[in-house]
Amino acid sequence: MDKYKCTVCGYVYNPAVGDPDNNVASGTSWEKVPEDWSCPNCGVGKDMFVKEQ
Amino acid sequence: MSAVKLLPGVYWVGVVDWNVRAFHGHTYITRRGSTYNSYLIVDEKIALVDTVYAPFSDQLLRNISEVVPPEKIDYIISNHGETDHSGSLPALKKACPNAKHFGSAKVKETLEKMYYLGLDLQVVKSGDKLSLGKKTLSFIEAPMLHWPDSMFTYLIEDGVLMPNDAFGQHFASSARFDDEVDGSPLFEEAEAYYANILWPFSPMVLKKIDEIVKMKLPLKMIAPSHGIIWRKDPMKIVNSYVEWAKQTTRRKAVIAYETMWKSTEKMAYSIVDGLVSEGVEVKMYDVAETDNTEIIREMLYARGYLFGSSTHDNNMLPNLAMFLEFLKGLKPSGRKAAAFGSFGWAGGAVKEMENFITSPGIEIVQPGISLKFAPSPEELKQCFEFGKEFAKKLF
Ligand SMILES: [Fe+2]
Ligand SMILES: [Fe+2]
Ligand SMILES: [Zn+2]
Repeated sequence: MDKYKCTVCGYVYNPAVGDPDNNVASGTSWEKVPEDWSCPNCGVGKDMFVKEQ
Repeated sequence: MSAVKLLPGVYWVGVVDWNVRAFHGHTYITRRGSTYNSYLIVDEKIALVDTVYAPFSDQLLRNISEVVPPEKIDYIISNHGETDHSGSLPALKKACPNAKHFGSAKVKETLEKMYYLGLDLQVVKSGDKLSLGKKTLSFIEAPMLHWPDSMFTYLIEDGVLMPNDAFGQHFASSARFDDEVDGSPLFEEAEAYYANILWPFSPMVLKKIDEIVKMKLPLKMIAPSHGIIWRKDPMKIVNSYVEWAKQTTRRKAVIAYETMWKSTEKMAYSIVDGLVSEGVEVKMYDVAETDNTEIIREMLYARGYLFGSSTHDNNMLPNLAMFLEFLKGLKPSGRKAAAFGSFGWAGGAVKEMENFITSPGIEIVQPGISLKFAPSPEELKQCFEFGKEFAKKLF
């Protein structure tokens, strides 16, 4: 599963870890992360993330 | 500097750092010095909004003491966790042991991980209010203006917005208000501050300003954490932020180059002439001679960027590489670019510069110009034409 990086603050969403503090269970692929989820570090939306190479 | 009364019950108790020239390490050259602003609001309860850089903690405490004994402070608000505004917290923890501490959820994380003070910080969110008696503070979270932890504090009854680093300027002065200083250098510093610090967060700046304008907060003063307080026309700086955040440009080019034996510099001179012949406003800088802070400020309004470098070890020169790296982080958008340079063996710098400019906001609009050793009169003519050609792309 691909990791996605926040272009604003550099936070990396790792599907293996998820974002359990914000109700995204570990193992959740980027596509399954809710659309209203926001970067736990800086608050921007999913649209500001890019796939990590 | 002593404490300054801004309004009844509202005091500036910050410090002026006259001699600071390198800020944030060496990422920002503060040629006019700076200030760390801290605000004391005295009502039935006494609140301190932000502190100062640690080496100035004694001055902060002295200024507070001119107004009230520090131990009388009830509330400390941290709008932002960065060292230049939180540095006195360890000293304040001792001086005002009874004070309650407030800030965003993110600032709590920042301060815990930075000072290990065991501060019992109470988390506040946008819209939360803190009554001081007759006066009330309200909070507006402002993530990425310019850190995840950033927050604005608004003093409702007096219409004073304390947005911390937003709307600031590195400008040391004995004056506290914009109507007491020369407006040109002040505004230049506000522009440099935006370009060097807030530029990458332009989308958030637009959103946050839109949100604040919709709140219709009466704004009598914008009191940032660095420099001068805006009171003459507080909306002027807000409107400028909107213009900058929208990446508004004009028909202006900045040439940033580095040269070994002046051949690349000769090319730059001819390119300037070509641009000027087409009516373009130009600034040219040897990046090894001028600090980034100044060049970046000039780049804020420039539609065209020209990068020049001699070839050294098959690559561009290191100061230019450093400059391009810095510029990339600022995420300019809607800019046009081209590269030029001289070489001795097989070249390489122009290609390296072009390859480097991969940021989506900087578009290469014409092939680079590269020449061997010193430019001939004919080649200088080509450089002139190169400038003319580029000028046509800046409409
Ligand atoms: Fe800051
Ligand atoms: Fe600051
Ligand atoms: Zn982020």
